[in-house]
Parts: sequence; structure tokens; C-alpha cells
Amino acid sequence: MNNITEKLLNIVSDWNGTFKGAFNIREDGQCVGRQSSEHIKIESKTDGPGLVIHISPEAQKETVYIPACVTHSDVNDLVYNDFYVGDGADVTIIAGCGVHSDGEEEARHNGIHKFILGKGSHVLYKEKHIATGNGTGAKRIDPVTEIELGEDSVMEIDSIQISGVDSTNRKTSAVLDARSKLIIRERIMTDGTETAKTDFEVEMNGEDSGVELVSRSVAKDDSYQEYHSKINGNCRCTGHSECDAILAGNGRVNATPELFAGDIDASLIHEAAIGKIAGEQIVKLRTLGLTEEEAEQKIIEGFLR
Amino acid sequence: MLRLNDIKWSVPGENETDTNEILKGVSLEVPDGELTVITGPNGGGKTSLAKLIAGLDTPDSGSIQLDDADITDWDMTKRAKSGICFAFQQPVKFKGLTVRDLIELAAGEKCDWGTICDLLGGVGLCADEYIDRTVDSSLSGGESKRIEIATVLARKDAKVIIFDEPEAGIDLWSFNNLIDVFKKLKDEHGAALLVISHQERILEIADNIVVVADGKVRTSGSTDSVLPELMVNEKSARCPRRKDIRSEA
Repeated sequence: MNNITEKLLNIVSDWNGTFKGAFNIREDGQCVGRQSSEHIKIESKTDGPGLVIHISPEAQKETVYIPACVTHSDVNDLVYNDFYVGDGADVTIIAGCGVHSDGEEEARHNGIHKFILGKGSHVLYKEKHIATGNGTGAKRIDPVTEIELGEDSVMEIDSIQISGVDSTNRKTSAVLDARSKLIIRERIMTDGTETAKTDFEVEMNGEDSGVELVSRSVAKDDSYQEYHSKINGNCRCTGHSECDAILAGNGRVNATPELFAGDIDASLIHEAAIGKIAGEQIVKLRTLGLTEEEAEQKIIEGFLR
Repeated sequence: MLRLNDIKWSVPGENETDTNEILKGVSLEVPDGELTVITGPNGGGKTSLAKLIAGLDTPDSGSIQLDDADITDWDMTKRAKSGICFAFQQPVKFKGLTVRDLIELAAGEKCDWGTICDLLGGVGLCADEYIDRTVDSSLSGGESKRIEIATVLARKDAKVIIFDEPEAGIDLWSFNNLIDVFKKLKDEHGAALLVISHQERILEIADNIVVVADGKVRTSGSTDSVLPELMVNEKSARCPRRKDIRSEA
């Protein structure tokens, strides 16, 4: 792999020269490193670009890394990764994505991930996105995440977009079976003229299933963000979504949360707040000795943590 | 030593041309190593005075001196860096910042667990339970207040420590703890302590009391000289204007 990939991997997937356990490293549309483990088998798809990852029920507290990097312009990387998680497995999946471009053409990664979780399994899915480089071509990351949660399974998604991504269009959809839980924490910061669109759609079809969706975003300069979530409670279930956004400069945010209760015992809540940093927060930190700029920085860091 | 000289401050009135005079020429001294309590009726200008000292507002006239420096025109960051600390009456909530974050920002450096444990223990909180808690609306009023006080105690360079109604919103146990905090600060810290309070038990441990009413210093002096009269007036006439009414009679 090249030096840019190594730098990007270090940022998005805690790469320090090696990964412990199963991994697959994708660079500019090609596999540049792969390793399966006893309980986690990674294979190439036979019907298109991408991977099939089989996680056996014996996998407990194991980690699998599947980062992808685009290191120059004029790359449009499309990949389909399917994860089959066995009953009772407990794993962490780290799937960072970095796009680097110093050229005039577009550089894009489009990862379509499908997760099928067996009964009682648990997955922590960590996804960090960043774009670097001085290229004038757009740097884009457009992830699609499709989730099927089996009975009593739990999926936690921790997703963060740090900086530099000119345009992102993120789509996540999930179908929940009985007593399964989906927890999503998303944090996005945009600046300059960047745009970010997020779309969540969750179907709760199993009794006592639940979803917790927390989105925090900061829109700086002339950037623009759109947030749309739709939680469908089709049975006795609980759903909570929280969308908070901080505006700075001429940043704009359009949030359209949507709840559908299709059952008398569906309990759904949405909270949303959009606005600039509260003046009293700046004042408090200034009384501790921070300048206004330092205070803003700290507040945003904490907000997106 | 903090000195306020003839401080006047007003806010815009209901009409464009009107002004509402909040402070009408306040002068006072807050000596180093002593506890000075400002008390008086609600709306008398006590919190305004505290905010002017911390730099949250600027006086229309008069001056504020910290030791030999005239700090009247200094902004709140510069005042904080020069050692003025301010504990808010209504602690500010943050989505994302933790108790550890605030304490470390106040201390100006990374703090080890033991240091934070001591600070939180000083206000009756267990570090194990609170160090990673977010300072948001999940905290009760009393918890927020104690954390607010802990952030002030974390300041290493404190020359003036201002507490604006620290007793507001906290339970009796916390209040007893607070009294201990003030006693300890008084005994062990050389800073000038300025507390805005209505509480008799805080007044009792003060070295000096300043009564501010209607934007002016009504009376000031040592606790021994001011408190007895204050208590007599308080008990005989709960209405702060009652004394004037009686004198007129």
C-alpha cells in the first residue's frame, strides 16, 4: 500500500502498521491486504466488487477491520460488503474511509454495507470518514448501510465525519425483529461549501424492539446539511431520535424528523435543536480564561465527541 | 485586594430614551484572605455587581481595581487570566463537555484522577460517579451547582473568587458541605472571597458584610458590627422597606 493509504488508515482505523485479527484493506478499488481469523472469514464476492464476511457464533470480543481508502483523483470506488453475524457473536467492526486527492477530477468512495445479525448477537460498528489533499476535484463519500437485526440482537453504530469531505450522502436503513436494539450515534462537521445529507429509515417490526438515534452536527462557513430520519413503529416498541446541530458563520441545516406509530403500544420520541452556540456557554468558558475562539473550539469538540 | 470605586451601571428602559439605573455609585473593598458577603433584597443590584467584577458587563462609570491594576476595561478572558473566578448562580449546561473537561479547563492543565477526586470530594461528589458525566440537563440543579463550585476551586491562580448565591438550589447536606468549603477557602487560601448570599449561616462566617439595596451600599463593615442589626431588622420586618416606613412613622 502507498504512504497516503497508511496515513489515512492511521486516522480512520487506528492503523499502527498492523491490524490484530481479521482485516481487509482496500486501496483505490483494490485489495492490498487481507487476513481472516479462526472465527471471521473474509472472502471476495463472486458477483461484483466487495466482500462477504462470515462471523461465526464463536467470535467473542473480536475485531474485524475493513477500511477503504481512495488516494488520488479520478477514482470512483464502488464496493459491496456483506456481513453475516452468527447467533450470539460479539464483535467490533471498524470500517473507516479516507479519500485523498490533489487533482482536478473527482475522488469518490461509495461503500454499500449490508449487515445481517443472528439471534442474540452484538455488533459495534465504527465508521470514521475523512478527506484530505489540495485537489480541486470534489472528494465524496457516499455510504449506504442496510441492516437486518435478528431477535435479541444489538447493533451499535458510531459514525463520525471529521473534515474535508466536499459532499456526502449517507443512507441507513434497518429492519428490527423482536427485542432487538439499534443504537446510532452520528457526528458530522462541515465547513467551506461542503454538503452532507443523512437519511435514516428504521422499521420496528418485532415486539419490544427499540431504536436510539442521536445525530450531532456542526455546519460552519457556507456549508449545508440535511438530516432526515423516519422511525416506523409497527408494533409494541420504543424509538427515540435526537438531532442537534450547531450553526457557525453562514452554515445551514435542514432537519426533518419523521415518526410513524402504527401500533397503540409504539412509543416514539423526537427531540431536535438547531442554533448557534449559546452565548452563556462561551461566557462560562471565558470566565475560566479561554478566549472566545478557544471557547467555541472546545464546545464544538465536546459536542462532536 | 479588589476595589470598586463609584460604580454606576444602567440598562435600557422600556422606551428608547429611558434607562434603568441598576447601580448608583457603588464603592467597596474586598480584602485578600477574607470572606466578604454581599447581601440585600432581590433586585438590589448584587448579581449585577458580581458580573461587572467578572467582566460579563462593563460599568457606565467608575473603576475596578485588582491590586494595583485598573481592570475596568479588561475583557472577561483577561480578568479570568489575572485571577478573577466566578461561580454562576445558574450553572451553564453543555452538550458534550464532561465534568473532567470543565475542571481541566478551569485548572488550565490535565488533571490526574486523584486531583479531580479531591476537588469533587470537596463539594460532596464522588469522582467515580461524576468524572465522565456530561455537564448537561441530566444533572440535577444541586449536582450542577456543586460542579460549578468545583470548577472554581480548580483554579490555581485565583486572586478573587466570586460565588453568586451558591446556596440556591442545593439541599441541606450540600449546604453544610458548602459552608465547610468556604471555611476552608478562608483559612487556607489567600484569595479575596466574595459571596452573594441571603443565608444567615454564610453571613455568620463572613469577615465583612456589605448590604446592597436599590443600587447602593446601604451599610458595610465587619460582620460583628453589621450582622446583629441586619438580623434584628430582618426578624422584625421581613419587608426590606419596612425600616424606612418605620423611620418615616
